[in-house]
Amino acid sequence: MLHPFGLLADAVTYQLLGLTPGTRVADALHFFVQDVTKIFVLLVTVIFVMGLFRSYLSPERVRKAMEGRSRWAAYALAVTLGAVTPFCSCSSVPLFIGFVEAGVPVGATMAFLIASPMINEVAVVLLLGILGWKFTVLYVAVGLSVGIAGGALIDGLGLQRWVEEYVWKIRVGDGGEPGIGRSLAARLGYARSQVEEIVGRIWLYVLAGVGVGATLHGFVPETFFAQYAGASNPLAVPLAVAAGVPMYSNASGVIPVAEALLAKGVPVGTVLALMMSVVALSLPEMIILRKVLKPSMLGFFAGYLAVAFVTVGYVFNVLRF
Amino acid sequence: MKQIKVLGSGCRNCDLTARVIEKQAEALGVEVAVDKVTDVAEILAYGVLRTPGVVVDGEVVHAGSVPDGRTARLWLQED
Repeated sequence: MLHPFGLLADAVTYQLLGLTPGTRVADALHFFVQDVTKIFVLLVTVIFVMGLFRSYLSPERVRKAMEGRSRWAAYALAVTLGAVTPFCSCSSVPLFIGFVEAGVPVGATMAFLIASPMINEVAVVLLLGILGWKFTVLYVAVGLSVGIAGGALIDGLGLQRWVEEYVWKIRVGDGGEPGIGRSLAARLGYARSQVEEIVGRIWLYVLAGVGVGATLHGFVPETFFAQYAGASNPLAVPLAVAAGVPMYSNASGVIPVAEALLAKGVPVGTVLALMMSVVALSLPEMIILRKVLKPSMLGFFAGYLAVAFVTVGYVFNVLRF
Repeated sequence: MKQIKVLGSGCRNCDLTARVIEKQAEALGVEVAVDKVTDVAEILAYGVLRTPGVVVDGEVVHAGSVPDGRTARLWLQED
């Protein structure tokens, strides 16, 4: 799949620069060129297509659709919406209040916030292009389950008391249907502006991620990972989750790192745990959510995710996926 | 004079949005007052869930992204 990027990397590494195949530098550079070109072509295509699609579906509209729905319908909608709406984390607060005000259960809203950074069309297409469909299905299924289970737990334990009081007093007005015109030209323009905005926001993460992946790929020997991160080391999974907390990246940055780790023989469970921890457990997001959630809820949220990711890691390592 | 409000919790995109509008207004020679609204309650009162949002003379015209210059010019020229 997506062979032309491999050929391009061959041409740059071996012909243009005349490096010898099999050397460390050549391996690392080949990985870098192949992944950077592939990821950016995929990113631009996917964001454009999804921008076009999204010009027909705004969260404002979905919120109206969710108003007064049953609890389970709300969960399903929330997680799906979280998956198809990548939003700037600075929109977390208005989205949270908007959903809660529409009568969406707090748990379903939290499910949305958990699922959104982990699963989105960009992550899915990059996973498909780089790690294949099996890993993609696994990743999406695990991400959705963690989101829904977390939401159900929050509602089941009655944790809505851990939402700041002022949230319940806010009333959302009806601003009509803001934004994009209805003509095709306006929608295409919106899709293009989405590409500029999202690529502008994440390109540095992608380069950094591919850089780390390329370094691991070329310079770190397999025996290193076999020794420290192999299935026989029971501490590898919790350490992977802990390592992910201070690292903050989005899904597109962490995928090339996962690619390199998997190729070095690190078990799937450990890689999944690391990826999800890097993407979903982030300090900046917690600070933003502090505006609407009490510290006890943030603690619960972080603790739940850490436990969930460690569990996911162990389960998949034991099953030897 | 057009009253413009940029709705957003003070993130980078909200600053960019205000700058796009001010730049276009200057180029067109239109007088505007651009206010940044950072209070969540007020943002939501406009029905906007994704920031940055733009309100021109009390009407929500945009939400969820940094508008491009061409779009901003249309808001400023309308009357």
